[in-house]
Amino acid sequence: MRASHKQRGFVAAMLHRLSGIALAIFLPLHFLALATALNGAKALDSFLALTRNPLVEAAEFGLVAALALHMALGLRVLAIEFLDFRERTAAIVSVCAAAACAAGLVFVLNLG
Amino acid sequence: MSATLDVAIWRGTEDGHFQSFAVPRREHQTVLDVVTEVQRHFDPTLSYRFACRVGMCGSCAMVVNGRPRWTCRTRVSEVAEGDRLKLEPLRNLTIVKDLAVEMTDFFDKWKDARGYFEPGPAPETDFAVVPPETRERQTANAGIECIGCGVCYSACDVVAWDQDYLGPAALNRAWTLVNDVRDRGQTERIDAVATDAGCHACHTHMSCTQFCPKQIAPTYAIAGLKRAVMKRAFGGGG
Amino acid sequence: MTVLLFAAQRLSAMVLALAVAVHLATILYASHAGLTAGAILARTHGNVAFAAFYGLFVVAVAVHAPIGLRNVLREWTPWRGSTLDLALILFALVLLLLGLRAVIAVFSA
Repeated sequence: MRASHKQRGFVAAMLHRLSGIALAIFLPLHFLALATALNGAKALDSFLALTRNPLVEAAEFGLVAALALHMALGLRVLAIEFLDFRERTAAIVSVCAAAACAAGLVFVLNLG
Repeated sequence: MSATLDVAIWRGTEDGHFQSFAVPRREHQTVLDVVTEVQRHFDPTLSYRFACRVGMCGSCAMVVNGRPRWTCRTRVSEVAEGDRLKLEPLRNLTIVKDLAVEMTDFFDKWKDARGYFEPGPAPETDFAVVPPETRERQTANAGIECIGCGVCYSACDVVAWDQDYLGPAALNRAWTLVNDVRDRGQTERIDAVATDAGCHACHTHMSCTQFCPKQIAPTYAIAGLKRAVMKRAFGGGG
Repeated sequence: MTVLLFAAQRLSAMVLALAVAVHLATILYASHAGLTAGAILARTHGNVAFAAFYGLFVVAVAVHAPIGLRNVLREWTPWRGSTLDLALILFALVLLLLGLRAVIAVFSA
């Protein structure tokens, strides 16, 4: 692996980019799912019943984590670009990733 | 640690190949010492660049075991993987031959970024007073030690993905001039760095800052340019 | 144009930072409280504050996502120029329309 690809800035940028792509693909589907409510609450409920299986729940963990990750890493970029934030440690990227996983876990553990 | 180094050196141009040499391992050897020994005693057709050999000129920049660095300032003992060294030319620049690359694009982009001082149409009537402790001067000073070695340009993935991207060195230089209170070409410079190939293409990978042998941080210079462009476009609020 | 896209991207990012924080908190609260779809819809029904908030959320997303994708596609594929820009404007409209439709659906359910 290229040396530049092991640097924390590159890892952060890739996580940010890939989570963004995942969210961009997911969003239209999310909007379509919510719009089933146009046919009443029961329609949304019966659609959501399809999502109560381990594969979907794993995907939902990923999506919540992706959302939290994309936001956390985005805040880092905004801080560097607009607040002249001088990042001194790779730990910040780790903290963003950990917070994102935590958010995903809280969600999925509550689905029970 | 054996008595010889297994040195793989890139030969030819883009469709070249690696050639291996068994070079005696010596105490305090630098990578430049190794390359020079190969060219003098093993293969006189090897092409490479160096000049000062004491870490001042940047001519000897190459990719050593995957990392762009100055070979004169790189001890073999620091970087050898076991007894192996892999030497390649700088990335993102056309290979002239072996370890020497064509630097023209790199310096052309300095010009494209208006990385040069603009004195203005009329000579000044008096000396400019620039107190060294002012914020602008300190900001400029943080970036003026760049010697144009190309290490940051080689390390930058955005340059690899977008041939037009001006790159960290050119943009860093532009930022030092944005902060030079004597310069009269600020409008044109902001225009130059605000293109599709300019500062906005930087995605803060920070490889430039990581590998710069002079510890300059082009990432933060480019962030400064982004703010300067916003300020010019939207007024003091941004 | 680059400057406007960059500014729109970063401005929508700031709006989204707040919106996503609220949205995440809401999701985590709802899943923790074990709210059913019906219970959630009962709270969003006729709720103007909800509709306004999520409406703004949708607009911000419709600005932010396509500009981000533009960078990805320009850097990782050979696609660039006006056909790319047109495709992304279309994607923005899709997000806007589907998103507002979803907001209306949940508001009026």
